Amino acid sequence: MNHHETAVKTDNFRAWFMDKLLMGMDWPDYMRQLITPFNIIAAIILSIGLPLIAIRFIYGLASVTHASQDYPWGIFLGWGLFGGVPLSATGFVLATAYYIFGFKKYKPLVRLAVLAGFLGYLFAVIYLLCDLGRPWRIYYPMIIGFGTASVLFLVAWHVATYLTVQFLEFSPAILEWLQSKRIRKWALSITIAMTIAGIILSTLHQSALGAMFLLAPGKMHPLWYSSYLPVLFLCSSIYAALSMVIVVSTLAARFLKKAADQTFLSNLNPLTLGLGRGASLTMYVYFVLKLISVAHDNNWALLATPYGQWFLLEIVGFVLLPALILSLGVKTGRVGIVRLGAFAGALGIVVNRINVSMVALNWNLPDHLHHIVPPWQEVAIVLAIATIHVLVFRWILMRMPVIREAPEYTDH
Amino acid sequence: MTQERQEKGAGGLQHGGRRSDSTDQPHGPCGINRRGFLGVMGAVSGSALLASAAEVHAYKQFEGWPDRYGMLSDLTACVGCRSCERACNEANGLPKPKKSFDDGSVFAELRRTDDKTYTVVNRYENPGDPGTPVYRKVQCMHCNEPACATACPIHAYSKTPEGAVMYDPDKCFGCRYCMVACPFGIPTYDYESAFQPRIYKCVLCYDRLKVGQIPACAQGCPTEAITFGKRSDLLRLARERILEHPDRYIDHIYGEHEAGGTSWLYLSSVPFGQLDFPTNLPDRPLVEETKGFLSSVPVVFTVWPALFGMIYASVRHRDALQEELKQEQEKEEERQ
Ligand code: SF4
Ligand code: SF4
Repeated sequence: MNHHETAVKTDNFRAWFMDKLLMGMDWPDYMRQLITPFNIIAAIILSIGLPLIAIRFIYGLASVTHASQDYPWGIFLGWGLFGGVPLSATGFVLATAYYIFGFKKYKPLVRLAVLAGFLGYLFAVIYLLCDLGRPWRIYYPMIIGFGTASVLFLVAWHVATYLTVQFLEFSPAILEWLQSKRIRKWALSITIAMTIAGIILSTLHQSALGAMFLLAPGKMHPLWYSSYLPVLFLCSSIYAALSMVIVVSTLAARFLKKAADQTFLSNLNPLTLGLGRGASLTMYVYFVLKLISVAHDNNWALLATPYGQWFLLEIVGFVLLPALILSLGVKTGRVGIVRLGAFAGALGIVVNRINVSMVALNWNLPDHLHHIVPPWQEVAIVLAIATIHVLVFRWILMRMPVIREAPEYTDH
Repeated sequence: MTQERQEKGAGGLQHGGRRSDSTDQPHGPCGINRRGFLGVMGAVSGSALLASAAEVHAYKQFEGWPDRYGMLSDLTACVGCRSCERACNEANGLPKPKKSFDDGSVFAELRRTDDKTYTVVNRYENPGDPGTPVYRKVQCMHCNEPACATACPIHAYSKTPEGAVMYDPDKCFGCRYCMVACPFGIPTYDYESAFQPRIYKCVLCYDRLKVGQIPACAQGCPTEAITFGKRSDLLRLARERILEHPDRYIDHIYGEHEAGGTSWLYLSSVPFGQLDFPTNLPDRPLVEETKGFLSSVPVVFTVWPALFGMIYASVRHRDALQEELKQEQEKEEERQ
């Protein structure tokens, strides 16, 4: 290899690097534009959270969590896994609506939804890795032992498979970014198969997360323990997804306008109304299902207890109210109101999943509510992981054609 | 009497083999070790989940290993001397506790098992007879169809034909779902360890059973509060005691049916609910609660592709028709 060739190669690489990773800037410019209030806050959160994550892996779970013999699970799973997975049903719900049911107008949002889903699952697994006693054995359910009677076995297989499916679903965007036409064509051709695989896997593992708690009838509060848990988890994951698409697209349009194209920005408002309508309808169905679950076990009397009031607050304040807000917004055509309802709906999902996995579980132990409050270290770790999640999301949106179309590829 | 029963119990253990033999063999209650390589291939293609649901149904008829052992804990005979705790601690080589086993002050609060204690004895007031408290021994119940084993995604638990519920740390990745699932809160974890955390719990002194000895706690008990034997014999014995002393016992053998039945059985003079025994458990094994869900899995795997494939095809068809219509209209407009 002569000098000339090497020099050309280096130059090519540099051009590629600056174009793809630094978005056409050189290093000093790139670094300068990084200093923003948001990034400074993120840096502070990470400077606290990352060392704590290191401490967790060096000194064990006891060093950063309150995990105990009675309370094996905390917010790593309550928020990260049980909350994160339904909020990441975005890819499954929008891909199904667009590719299978033929709601073509949602095209500008599909990639964003798939990306949100993929990253959501990826980070759910990261929370899980933080929580597992021996995370380096995460693949054990695939190779070492098969607990086929275990609902968690199903969840493990499905989340792993679905993560791959979502990666494939998102891969056209990566390939366009890298300008690899041939592979992209192949990736596009499997879209329908991947979407149907996504429907199977998602309906099953979303409901399986609820079914996990069916194994603990003696420990769960009867208002939350119900044979309807799988159906409730599945139904709520659908409106969680619709709300989340609104939330993510709102934030993207507000803060990452640079990365969006006109198609995305001009379609956003009408599409938000459509999504809001879908979300509110699903929420009404879910609300009724919740009531049916109470009626099924004839637990009405329990509503008068303190736990019952908390239950009522959950289904009225965090389900019915957001649904009404959404309906109001859709009826009056006011997108801002729809967005408010969507934020509330997404928050409601987190409230529900925390209620099931932390508040209702072990409710009859003495001092229960005292025990489920996480220590600050656990919260700081969750904040750090959530921050990385946002940063990765932004990094991809700024570079890859997600909320804009790459000019030479508009056929998907 | 005790001697005789012990001999009978120990005499029944006439099979050889190492302990791991037994944990590796196919086992009934959870039916989750019957698949090898084919199972993995099936799982990859999704059909394992069909198979798993079929298995769920296959072991419905399982009645439990016929000759399995158990323990009968007669709370009316327990004097709270904690000899069983000491014996357990020594037999399992566990670290010595801060307070000695003779120290009665531990009864001031209710204790639970942990990663260094596989059994504890707790003291409760006796409403019927305030002068004599009731003591309750806590340990793994060695359920007939253990929820811990149902929960574990890696199949780290197994119920041996002898009745012991075993745990294999070499398989466990530490999700702690077994702790959530166990209705008695028995599996414990050492959160202190960063590199080798694992579950700890009573395994019915399986190593001792294998060499014809009885579990250490039963051996150590100076009164007749713990009896080792075949579960079927123990049930008979318990019923006899209730019949002979209806005034001494409440008419209930805890563990006969709870959560599908357990190898540990309890007799008491005080209602079990007052001694913190869970009284809200179904009589059927907890695995039953998830069977309905798991049996829907094969349905989803077969029906969904057909259903959504059809929807996709019909939507495509509709779009194609509309497209044709549009083109024709355009043509007509052109002609006009
Ligand atoms: S008591 Fe708990 S740990 Fe013991 S066998 Fe039953 S479910 Fe498993
Ligand atoms: S903690 Fe270990 S033994 Fe318990 S369910 Fe998880 S993998 Fe199985």
